[in-house]
Amino acid sequence: MEKSISSNPAVIIQGLRKTYENKSVTAIKHLDLSVGDGELLALIGPDGAGKTSLFRILATLILPDEGMVRVLGHDVVREFEALRLITGYMPGRFALYQDLTVLENLSFFATVFNTTIEENYDLIKDIYGQLEPFKHRRASQLSGGMKQKLALCCTLVHKPSILLLDEPTTGVDPVSRQEFWDILGKLKEEGMTMIVSTPYMDEARRCDRIAMMHHGELLDISTPDDLISSFGKPLYAVQSDRMFALLQDLRKYDATDTCFAFGEAHHVTFKKPIEPADLNGYLQMQGHHHIDIQRIQPTVEDCFMDQLAS
Amino acid sequence: MEKSVIQVRELTKKFGSFTAVDHIGFDVYKGEIFGFLGANGAGKTTAMRMICGLLTPTSGEVKVLGLNIATQTDTIKRQIGYMSQKFSLYDGLTVRENVRFYGGIYGMRGKQLQQKIDELADKLGLEDKIDQQVKSLPLGWKQKLAFLVAIQHDPKVVFLDEPTGGVDPITRRQFWELIYEAAERGITVFVTTHYMDEAEYCDRVCIMVDGHVAALDRPEHLRHKMKKETMHEVFYQLARAAQRRD
Repeated sequence: MEKSISSNPAVIIQGLRKTYENKSVTAIKHLDLSVGDGELLALIGPDGAGKTSLFRILATLILPDEGMVRVLGHDVVREFEALRLITGYMPGRFALYQDLTVLENLSFFATVFNTTIEENYDLIKDIYGQLEPFKHRRASQLSGGMKQKLALCCTLVHKPSILLLDEPTTGVDPVSRQEFWDILGKLKEEGMTMIVSTPYMDEARRCDRIAMMHHGELLDISTPDDLISSFGKPLYAVQSDRMFALLQDLRKYDATDTCFAFGEAHHVTFKKPIEPADLNGYLQMQGHHHIDIQRIQPTVEDCFMDQLAS
Repeated sequence: MEKSVIQVRELTKKFGSFTAVDHIGFDVYKGEIFGFLGANGAGKTTAMRMICGLLTPTSGEVKVLGLNIATQTDTIKRQIGYMSQKFSLYDGLTVRENVRFYGGIYGMRGKQLQQKIDELADKLGLEDKIDQQVKSLPLGWKQKLAFLVAIQHDPKVVFLDEPTGGVDPITRRQFWELIYEAAERGITVFVTTHYMDEAEYCDRVCIMVDGHVAALDRPEHLRHKMKKETMHEVFYQLARAAQRRD
């Protein structure tokens, strides 16, 4: 599903630069990026790529050194007050008040934005429904998944028009992650524009487009399908009875270009076309049994590894 | 069969009327990478904290290296390593100071410690960063350093609590190669994770649901038994059945 940038993007970033500590540390080197109205954009990249700095600039919490950043038609520097009323920002380490209850946290954030839980109840009712049985429990006593749902609820309580979610599912188990993304799916249907950073590539797969940052620059931005079809070389999944030794032996193999562990198999690319039978023979010589070599389709995670390795 | 280094028997923890961990039992064997999985709220963290001696059980017993964790805590602590996800290194100290501090706690001195510092810096390619404050390092580096610090006194068992939470895909893999190397040296690794591809890298995984052990086996056996393609599907099916979702 190709999501074209509408003539009226929700976010426009041009020539953005951000440094810290008297310009000695560069967080964002140079960034141009547009996010469409109603788009769900994944932001991925290694630690230190500049993702959190970008979120904090969009949330009007820190100032850019250079460049123009407009969110929903407002300049993040000059019109920060208007922008804060329509932006929902959930930082990576969210400051839920640990010693307040679920209900108290929610009321607090509603009050800060001069609204009430009831006023925008429609938007939060699905999530709040899951939290309600624990509404008198202190935030510190909630499990990781519930904390993140509460944080999202607090982020939504003033009915923002754009959501900025910085690693909302880190430390959250797979079942709760699924539930969290189901909620994001519903918000998308309601037309919410969302930028979400994540270390989980299966989550990035669910977004309209994926922006990959590295060393403060945009390495790539494309739809998941385009990203995957741009992989451009054969990829193999290889298994044997001794997986750690297999990783080392595959890396020693002459033709091997890249080799990474991917759960139940290792994913391998080669510098030149190979015959699986040759590789099988080599691995047998190294003492491997139950060898299985399959040509496979790359995943978003393969693309991430490939882009960063090159 | 390898020697059992952790024995958990009828281990239970109650908080008031709520039973967080309900009579769990299993063994962990020498040199094994033991994955400890569970949904948020399944009792995983509570169980792990009891197993490393940070929390007193309501009932039941844990033996680590043949010693009772509840009564012989001090003797055990010298032989185990622990790395928590939230806190592992002092941000305001340099890499060198952290290594010296933790080494000192475990009774390492002089040359032995200096050698360890050189070794660590070399291993992580951190030579030029050794005198930088830890807070200036990216998360992935911190986590790798924290792991090497947790095993610098050559413990027999190391406990890792979500060591790769929030870490990018490349650094996660580098981290797991450090775990593999440690296991090859005979260190028993007890690790929790929410990444199901990492569950595959474990020799055996234990999946907790509602305070009980819902499954314990080699990842490939679990997949075959439950007729699933991936550990993600195995986990999803078991954890979805949970009654307790808080």
